Amino acid sequence: MCALSEETVVKMYKVMTQLNSMDRIMYESQRQGRISFYMTNFGEEGTQIGSAAALSSEDLIFGQYREAGTLLWRGFSLDQFMNQCYGNCEDLGKGRQMPVCYGSKGLSFVTISSPLGTQMPQASGAAYAFKRQKNGLCVICYFGEGTSSEGDAHAALNFAATLECPVIFFCRNNGYAISTPSREQYKGDGVAGRGPAYGIHTIRVDGNDVFAIYNATKAARDICVSENKPVLLEAMTYRLGHHSTSDDSTAYRSIDEVRYWDERDSPIARLRYYLVSKGWWDDAKEKVWKEQNEKEVLQASARAEKKLKPNWTELFKDLYHDMPQHLREQMQQMEEHVKKYEGHYQVKSFVK
Amino acid sequence: MAGITCKTALLNALTKCVVPRQLSTSSPAFLQLNVRDALNSAMDEEMERDERVFLMGEEVAQYDGAYKVSRGLWKKYGDQRVIDTPITEMGFAGIAVGAAFAGLRPICEFMTFNFSMQAIDQIINSAAKTFYMSAGFVNVPIVFRGPNGAAAGVAAQHSQCFGAWYSHCPGLKVLTPYNSEDARGLLKSAIRDPDPVVFLENEIVYGTPFDVSEEIMSKDFLIPIGKAKIERPGKHITAVSFSRSVGTCLEAAQELSAAGIDVEVINLRSLRPLDIETVVKSVMKTNRLITVEGGWPHSGIGAEVLSQIAESQAFFFLDAPPVRITGADIPMPYTKSLEEVALPRAQDFVRVAKKIMNVQ
Repeated sequence: MCALSEETVVKMYKVMTQLNSMDRIMYESQRQGRISFYMTNFGEEGTQIGSAAALSSEDLIFGQYREAGTLLWRGFSLDQFMNQCYGNCEDLGKGRQMPVCYGSKGLSFVTISSPLGTQMPQASGAAYAFKRQKNGLCVICYFGEGTSSEGDAHAALNFAATLECPVIFFCRNNGYAISTPSREQYKGDGVAGRGPAYGIHTIRVDGNDVFAIYNATKAARDICVSENKPVLLEAMTYRLGHHSTSDDSTAYRSIDEVRYWDERDSPIARLRYYLVSKGWWDDAKEKVWKEQNEKEVLQASARAEKKLKPNWTELFKDLYHDMPQHLREQMQQMEEHVKKYEGHYQVKSFVK
Repeated sequence: MAGITCKTALLNALTKCVVPRQLSTSSPAFLQLNVRDALNSAMDEEMERDERVFLMGEEVAQYDGAYKVSRGLWKKYGDQRVIDTPITEMGFAGIAVGAAFAGLRPICEFMTFNFSMQAIDQIINSAAKTFYMSAGFVNVPIVFRGPNGAAAGVAAQHSQCFGAWYSHCPGLKVLTPYNSEDARGLLKSAIRDPDPVVFLENEIVYGTPFDVSEEIMSKDFLIPIGKAKIERPGKHITAVSFSRSVGTCLEAAQELSAAGIDVEVINLRSLRPLDIETVVKSVMKTNRLITVEGGWPHSGIGAEVLSQIAESQAFFFLDAPPVRITGADIPMPYTKSLEEVALPRAQDFVRVAKKIMNVQ
């Protein structure tokens, strides 16, 4: 067992459970029509928090879309998460992205991009840049076992090896790519089986053991930073929730299967047993934290929902470094039009 | 009869022997520079100026580049700045984009833009859209460059023009150099630009020498992105073109001047942003418009120029419907004689010009 302090381990537990609460509330928000879309992280909290805790805060994260826990660990606030989902005026992304496409330059988390696997060669490229800059940092690239089938994945792994880039390729093997089970995704020895073929140090880890993930990620980071070599880490876990709010997984898997994993191998439950055995947690603390946790999440959601939308002129901005003439003209025309017909537009729901 | 045939044959033979000196309309000639060397010197100077600039692509290092455009650069700058990539366009385009996200300034070479289709998601969804989607936090100062459009005898999968495809996308800048001056000034501007740039060269012109002045050879010679150039002023017809087709227009203009038709040839230099202002002013003067491109007609550059002219005040100055001269609407044939007629030739322009001028 690793020698982590009570403070750190309790923080891990709290972040994992807060992620869980946030997911529950935001999933419901979508069902109620308050936000358009959401993706939960149920079952993968240990994988996310364990790995995030082992990195330095400036290591660059390229995610796929199921890594909100790493951002929560680094200090992205509940308000910031929800502002993004609601696309309100305080969303760092100015309402330009679908929900859960978080990004934070300050927390070294690259904005989530939808096409699968494209982040992988980008991670190799960014790691190459870090090597050139000699900044002692590494890059971590999360991807699912489904994404490992993309052509980009092959290119990324091969490049990281041949160009000697300090990047951790972290595969979240959670058993499903939407409805495709992993037994139909590949016929070889999972994703880890491919690493040695590229000449990459590889390890397969119990994804629901937060300490195993922590240790493996830490060791991987040390190899990256000291040897400028990539590492492939395959975390075996299980996607307890649906793929997204657009999915109903009962269509392709039994509720019994899900229940089995939730009862027998939940990362949150496993960590709680450890905390209790160390005397660092008990039922009383659990009750207090549960209430505080849920209250914080609900209040943040209520705040986010009430905020105004970003100013509509943001539509025209950030296309190029300098706004092109034709967009400037169109924006001006729109401004004049809205001014003239203000009564016909819901101008009040946009921030000034 | 026999005499005339002999004379024609002789003239034809003579025309084929003489290597055409390309016309240059820039400042007084100082020396001759071909486009390959223009591109090479531009990259060399920019790599020297800014150590974040680096080149990656297939065969760019030890082989000096598939078309020798990066000759000598690996020897001078080494493995860290000139990188040979494994054969995966989607892979190395992605890597280049990631490096740009993290603060470097990559030049990503495609052996030909035909192969860029395997990387097009990285170019459009990652490079072009990221500044907008990240709300201005992450810019992508990358240059994608390589030969584009028709080459010679390389058939359908090596001869497509991607000007229309890339200029379609907001978030990209798309440049099309014609001669050595363009190659130097535009590539230097592209490398220094904070936005992603698609730089469409032409392989056939790589070896063509052009006159260049001392100014063009200076280390800070930059051509502003988004301004077209009037290569040849004229008063009867406005010819709008880009890349190699500019040469075709100049050749046709020379022939037409003998028939008393004065053609103004505009070299667009940039497909996005498109300098329609220069075209509008020209059409208001000449009252006639012909666009020339090597690419296909459907949704092409000519289509865009004609539409924008129709939407402008120049519409009311047209004395004849505007005409697009384009490549034939088929995948490029391999047979030499067919390839020749599948692309716009000077004689096609001459025929169309005489028709819209009502001259025999």
